Order: sequence, then C-alpha cells, then structure tokens
Amino acid sequence: MPALTLHDVRKTYGLGDTEVVALDHASLDVAGDEMVALVGPSGSGKTTLLSIAGGLLAPTEGTVRVGSHEISGYGRTQLTRFRREFVGFVFQGANLVPFLTAKENLLVVGDLAGNTGRSAEQRALGLLEELGLAHRVDNLPGQLSGGERQRVAIGRALMNEPELVLFDEPTSALDSKLGEQVMELIRDEVKGRGTAAVVVTHDTRMTHYADRVVEISDGRLAA
Amino acid sequence: MKTAWKELIRKPARFLTAGGALTLIVVLILLLGGLLDGLFLGATRALDAQSAGVFVFSREANDSFFRSRIDAPTREQVADVPGADTVTGLSVVQQPIRAAGVDEVLDAAMFAYEAPNERVPAPPATGEAWFDRSFADEGIEAGETVGFGSSRTEVRVAGFVDGTTFQLQGAVWMDPETWNTVVGENLPAATLGRGASQVLLVTGDAGVDAGSLARDIDGLVPEVSALTKQDAILGLPGVSDQQSIFVAIITVTFVVAGLVVALFFALLTLERVGLFGVLKAVGTSSRSIAAGLSLQAVLIALGSFLVGGAITLGLAAVIPNSIPLDLEIRRAVITIVGLIVTALIGSAISFRRVVRIDPATAVGGS
Repeated sequence: MPALTLHDVRKTYGLGDTEVVALDHASLDVAGDEMVALVGPSGSGKTTLLSIAGGLLAPTEGTVRVGSHEISGYGRTQLTRFRREFVGFVFQGANLVPFLTAKENLLVVGDLAGNTGRSAEQRALGLLEELGLAHRVDNLPGQLSGGERQRVAIGRALMNEPELVLFDEPTSALDSKLGEQVMELIRDEVKGRGTAAVVVTHDTRMTHYADRVVEISDGRLAA
Repeated sequence: MKTAWKELIRKPARFLTAGGALTLIVVLILLLGGLLDGLFLGATRALDAQSAGVFVFSREANDSFFRSRIDAPTREQVADVPGADTVTGLSVVQQPIRAAGVDEVLDAAMFAYEAPNERVPAPPATGEAWFDRSFADEGIEAGETVGFGSSRTEVRVAGFVDGTTFQLQGAVWMDPETWNTVVGENLPAATLGRGASQVLLVTGDAGVDAGSLARDIDGLVPEVSALTKQDAILGLPGVSDQQSIFVAIITVTFVVAGLVVALFFALLTLERVGLFGVLKAVGTSSRSIAAGLSLQAVLIALGSFLVGGAITLGLAAVIPNSIPLDLEIRRAVITIVGLIVTALIGSAISFRRVVRIDPATAVGGS
C-alpha cells in the first residue's frame, strides 16, 4: 500500500469573482519507503500540495490517502489528531519552539501523541544522538546553529514514528555544504526507518538524494 | 499546559508588563478594600459584637439610635412576642473624655448595656466602665479615673476590651445607672427613665430565625420597628452609602483588570501567531493552546496578587493609624478569586483568535 496517494486533487481559492487554482487535478503515489523530491518555481503549488498531503489544508476536490487513512473528508479535530500521530513535518527555518530545549522540542510532540515518560525520553535522546546532537540536548534553539536547528526539527518530525514525513524547503536557510549534509541525513533517516518522505525544494542540487523527482508547475504535476 | 508553563518560566520578560499592571491593580483593590473595611468596621464593630440577632427601635425613630426611645411597658410587649428569649437595652451617646497625662480631648461612643456580648464582659460596677483598647493606645491606663463631657463626670477605667468601635470612635461600656449619671450631667435632654433604653437587643429562642422574629415583633408591637443585626448595621448613617461607593469603585477596578488582561493577552497572542501555527501543525489542538493561555493568565494573576499583597502590607505598615485601613483575610480571598475569574475572562477573549490561526501558516509559501 502506498504511504501517500493523491488522486485528482484540486485546490482553488476564491478571490473576488475570480478563482485561483493552486493545484490542478494532481495525482501522486509515494511508496512506503520512497523519498520524493517535489520541485518547481515559486507559486507553482508545492506548498499547497505538501499542506494537503499533511492534513494542513483540505482539498477542494479529489481524494487524499495517507497509509490507510482517507483524510479528504476529515474535520478539523480529526485532522489535528491525524497530524500528531501519522505525519511528521520539517518546516522551512526549523520553526522550533524557542523556549524549549532540543530534547523538549521532541518531547512536546511525543506528549501530544501520548508518548510520555521514560520511553519517550529515551527515544528523544536516541534520535538526537543519531542526529549528532547528543551534546546539545539541553540547549535552547537560540544556542544552536542553523544546521543543528534543522537537525532538531528532523528529530521532532520522526519522534512519533510517522508513516510519512514532509519537508518544506529544509535547506533553504543553509549554505550548500550544510544543505548537502542535512539532505544526506534526511535520506539516511527516512531510508533507515523505511518511512516515506516528500521533500519540497527549489534547489535542484539537492534532488539527487531523492529516489524520484516530481516537477510541479502552475499547480500541475509533470507526468 | 507544560509548554505554557515553561514559556512563563523561561520567558518571564514577555509577561512582565501584564504582571506589573496587574500588580498595581491588586495594590489598588487591596488598599481600597482595606479602606472600605476600615471605615465599615470602625463604624460598626460595637454593634457587630452584640450577640442578639434583632435590634428594636421606636417606630418614629426611623431606625436611628440617637432618636430612638423605648420605655419599660414597650419593652415588656416585645419580650412577650413568641420566639423572643432575652431582651436587653442598649443606648449610646457620643461624649468627649479627658484623662490625666493625655493632652488632647478624646471622643468616645458611650454605651449603656445590660448583658455581656461577644467582646465585652458583663457590666462593671457602678461608676466604672470597660474602655476600647484604642484608648489604651492614647495613653489611658486601667484603674485611672477619666472625666466625661463638659461636666467632667468621673468614671473609673475597669479595663480594656478589643474591637469595639462605633462611628470611628472607641466605645466605652457601662451599666445604665452610670450612663444615666454621665448623660444627666452633660446632656440632660438625652437622659432615659428607669427601665428605658434607646434600642432593645432581642435574642430568639433556639431555632428561631432572626428575620422572622424581627417581622413578628414588627407586626405585634405597633410602637416599634425591628431589624436584623445586619440591617441595623447597614442602617447606620453613611454606612450603606460608603459601601455602595467603594463596591462600585472596586468593581470598576476589576473590570479594568479584566481589560488589562484581555489587551495584553490579545497582544501576546498576536506576537505568537507563528508559534501557535507550528504547534497546531504538529498536532496541538486549539483547546490545548487555550488551556495554556488560561494557565498563564491564572499564574500571572496569582503572582501579581502575591507581589501586590506584599506591597500593600508594606504600605499598610507605614500608613498612619489615623487612617482607618483594615486588611481582612476575607477581602484578600475575594480579591484573588475576583482576579483569577477576571484573568480567565480576559484571556478567553483571545481564544477566538487562537482557533482561527491556520496551521498551514507554519508552512512557507511557494
């Protein structure tokens, strides 16, 4: 079963009398352990597709399935539960909670999904160690470098063992060397866990880490 | 909730302005409340000390102690009302007193009474009186003789009692015979005949409610007007007006506190839209975020109360004794409960904004 299936998905926004089409009949399958790079120019619909796949936005038309969950018809509360249990997000610029330490940034999402106590702590410490941050567990995001923050964000995305991890421009705030390191780390982590991943990027130098590259333009996915 | 708590602990500066404003409001509320209680208790403690639940005035006195006169036959009629157990007389006039070693003339509320009450023992021997402790603070000593009124009628100080003030004056407690002697020499028109008093204090039989006993006395004895103790206290000149004014000021202050919390939390919510967007994107419900905001509001209110309370106690220590300031535990409890409720309502105004934050804002636009 694919980890992600988008079937004939449309997303439109009303703007006065005109309709803006952000995603136009997009269909995409991502296999259980596949890493897909989604590339396209600004305004092409990459973020809209990512948001719909992660249950942040509801499609106007079409169906979205993540693993065994058909989320197209989910309400707000169901989507909130779905996001905390089945999807991991890595946002552009990390977007960590600034007053929580690296470890606490991981524990907070574990806590949301009911993963608490010693086992959650062990998992958070284990992930941070894997990500090369064992010496940074008690540091606040402000005390970390850009690359370290992005690695904490990757740990947070993996904390609840999601079926699908979505990366939104994970290297945009990093220099190319650090970007390469982060992409390598992403590939190692998702491949090591057999997790599906969609990586939105406009940097074509990073796409060779993915199993497949899908291009998007004007809301349409290239065949 | 844990996240909200950690934010409060690790980013206290973010909440300092709201906490500072609330602290000043707490000081204002506690001082205003203390002044209200000081004025109220200073005017009414002597009456509040009475064990009787019903106060009986002569009908034409319009519930005024100084106009009321009840003679012996009327007293007997009141005593005959079913449900009435004990009936005693109480009278009061205000008189200046002079004492050796005290330079200034002191004002006193001079009571004639017949039976002990919650704070005053049984009347002392004729020619003696119990004095409120405030007179001891002025330099009067037990065993000395003081002069009452322009005639300087001598009364010996039998001892001191605590917490008996009336109309912001210390009370002096004596038997009716001594009282009539002092009043006869200084205010002859106010003298009462044998068995007469200004008001009657009526204690009901066991299980008899003061309100219904007052209504029965009112109905059965046409010459009198009976009130419960609480109504008699509120009927004292100026007491209920003072209360209304202070309660109005304190209520407005609470409303201002609510607006302060609402405004600061609205601003704090706007500041944190990005953070809340990320939290929602990773699966935090709006309800959890709202609960965190409520927790922060309550903790800020509690912290402000503790700091404001300490500042108020410090101010109370340096405020002169002549200002009637009384810091009561009851008032502190009302303030903290009111403040928490106000803080919760104030923070709740931001909930709608939180619900409307779109988790998709956490994802950059492309």
